Amino acid sequence: MDFIQLGLGRWLHVMAGVMWIGLLYYFNFVQVDALKAAAADNTGAGITKHVAPRALFWFRWAAAVTWLAGALILGQHFFEAFFFLKSTYYPIGVGAWLGTIMLFNVWVLIWPNQKKIVGMVAATDEEKNKSRRLAFLASRTNTMLSMPLLFFMTASGGVFRTAVFG
Amino acid sequence: MKNPLDSLWGTVIAGLVLTLILYNVVKFAMQ
Repeated sequence: MDFIQLGLGRWLHVMAGVMWIGLLYYFNFVQVDALKAAAADNTGAGITKHVAPRALFWFRWAAAVTWLAGALILGQHFFEAFFFLKSTYYPIGVGAWLGTIMLFNVWVLIWPNQKKIVGMVAATDEEKNKSRRLAFLASRTNTMLSMPLLFFMTASGGVFRTAVFG
Repeated sequence: MKNPLDSLWGTVIAGLVLTLILYNVVKFAMQ
């Protein structure tokens, strides 16, 4: 059971997490500026039509798998971590909350607004502009939160927690 | 005041500051 929960669970958590945060960084470090540059010479359609929807698909499902695999790893300690019931679990508890807020941003703020932006859902130009701003800020918020998230995730286990938190 | 999240470097710096704050809060709480 430990092999599945802690071995395979952590493997899946890290793989999905790399895909999630990797695509988040792609959006923020690459695509935002690429679309700005493409708007100048009207070459952005390819990114919006062919790249963004595929990236968004893997992005949102990787986010869901990352969170579920994280919950699997926490297992019987889920509530101790989430409700800060034991000091040993404070670091992973903070990481888990950051991940949960980020998952909320992905599914409730970024994805519904991106659907309007890429034309999967009908929207007026004004609605699209509003969605663009909201999705952008939610995405940037997740980029900001990813930094403490990764810090607490990598500083939460065994010797790493002892080295960082004493 | 400009929103730091509008700039990529503003976002990165905000992330570093937040990490530092949360680190100290958790370290203090664990003592």
